[in-house]
Amino acid sequence: MPAAPNGIDEQNAKTKELTINMGPQHPATHGVLRLVLDINGETVVKCTPYVGYLHRGVEKLAENRTYLSALPLTDRLDYISSMSNNIGYCVAVERLFGIEAPERAQYIRTIMGEMTRISSHIIGVATHALDIGAMTLFLYSFRDRETLLDLFEMTCGARLTVSYPRIGGVRNDVSQEFLDKLYAFTEYFPKTIEREYETLLNENRIWHKRTKGIGVISAEDAINWGLTGPTLRGSGVPYDVRKYAPYDAYDKVEFDVPTGKNGDVYDRYLCRMEELKQSNRIIKQCIEQMPRGPILAPDAPKFTLPPKDRVLNDMESLIHHFVLITKGQIASPDGELYVATEVPKGELGFYLIGDGSGKPYRMRLRAPSFVHVSVLPELCKGALIADVIANIGTIDIVLGECDR
Amino acid sequence: MEPKEIAEMIKDRYPTEVREIKEFRNQVSVIVNRDRIKEMMKYLHDTPELYFEFLEDLCGVDYFGKKELRFEVVYNLYSIRHKHMIRIRAEVPEDDCSIDSVVDIWAGANWHERECYDLVGVNFKGHPDMRRILLPEDWEGHPLRKDFPLKSDLGEQEWKGLKEVIEIARKNKQYEVT
Repeated sequence: MPAAPNGIDEQNAKTKELTINMGPQHPATHGVLRLVLDINGETVVKCTPYVGYLHRGVEKLAENRTYLSALPLTDRLDYISSMSNNIGYCVAVERLFGIEAPERAQYIRTIMGEMTRISSHIIGVATHALDIGAMTLFLYSFRDRETLLDLFEMTCGARLTVSYPRIGGVRNDVSQEFLDKLYAFTEYFPKTIEREYETLLNENRIWHKRTKGIGVISAEDAINWGLTGPTLRGSGVPYDVRKYAPYDAYDKVEFDVPTGKNGDVYDRYLCRMEELKQSNRIIKQCIEQMPRGPILAPDAPKFTLPPKDRVLNDMESLIHHFVLITKGQIASPDGELYVATEVPKGELGFYLIGDGSGKPYRMRLRAPSFVHVSVLPELCKGALIADVIANIGTIDIVLGECDR
Repeated sequence: MEPKEIAEMIKDRYPTEVREIKEFRNQVSVIVNRDRIKEMMKYLHDTPELYFEFLEDLCGVDYFGKKELRFEVVYNLYSIRHKHMIRIRAEVPEDDCSIDSVVDIWAGANWHERECYDLVGVNFKGHPDMRRILLPEDWEGHPLRKDFPLKSDLGEQEWKGLKEVIEIARKNKQYEVT
């Protein structure tokens, strides 16, 4: 039998299984995630994720720092929603010590947490769409994210690594100007979602073809895998820590928990879009109900550095400052607890063990991204290479949190 | 169900396994032996009135010099259906540092157990893929053990991998395009 003109024996040509490497430096992996893909033609036979490129040993570091100075470490976990991580840590430490933040601080924290959720979901959806090829949304949504980051800057001086909440409250009060600007944002943001975001994607035929029926997870599997956040709710499980075990002011505001039906990439996208609107609703209610009063708990001087001008003028504050820096908190209780909070990616859990000293004996971080990456092999099995990109986008991961 | 009732239920069912029940801020921990941990977890997962279908967290803790049995593997369980939680702490001795894997019950335990092996050094018997996860494969030691140093003991000395890196760089130089 003669060979074809191009030199390929087409009768006997076979597709061979091939192993390819994707990442760690790949624009669609949202950070430094490495996937080793065994492919047969265009189909993925096996997907093996490798993580740990960003491992900094946050848990080990926290064991050697005081409760207060471990706070900035939590900024660097999920670096696009640092405010939520700070709040999660503060809520956990407050429960360990048995103190409670005053009402105003709780409302401020709720506002900040929801602002973070909006800005994180915006990035999540926009980069997800960008990876698949819908670039326009990215440009529109970053304009709105900019407004939120400017508001963060206005309150605490930082845009990304904020370290704004404190154990027992928040660092400083919010100004009326901040609240007015934020209120104006909540007025126009839902319109923007409807007019711009949803028009660009919800009606987009290419978007539908790329996302519907891709990466399907059933409700039972999703729970068994330990998925949380919008990734779980897309499969139709209404589990949300804000509803199941409310912290801060979440039990005083009204909001719905959106769920999907099919558990595919498209439903998870719809969940995130709906959550944007719900977060907007929460912020609006919080501004309307915002009580007056202190922003730090009466016990807080034992946990949080006093303001600088008081340190320089007041003997008591100077002593607190000195003790906090050198020894840490006055004797933590002997006990352990696990506190979960709902961050944009899912459930962020802190498992703290106090041993009576000023430092945590053990601080375990349950990072949602870590669990979500572990489900990738399951999602990608039998999918096309192009769907791997869609699957990475839909589980909404940040590798800083995954690797800790 | 109240966490205390759940703890009592476990104690009734496994009287010889449960060592201690501790309560702190309305959260209850049940300290158990490691030998029948898988059977116990299966019971917690399958019994309809408990139904812990969600493994929130799994981690290892090193009680170096504080307890007789040095390690503990901590399971934080939650039931989405019944909205209750319980914490199971299985004690693991240092000389035989291993425990049964629960991947068959909760698939999500897979990476948590790998991480626990990587950072604390507890072996999980029956785990499908027991490798290091966060640290490189050739890493020595387990950093979350209390006797693992926080700072390198090399001080001003050079890092031992550096020689190798310099050697590779020197070899690769011949391929450089001038």
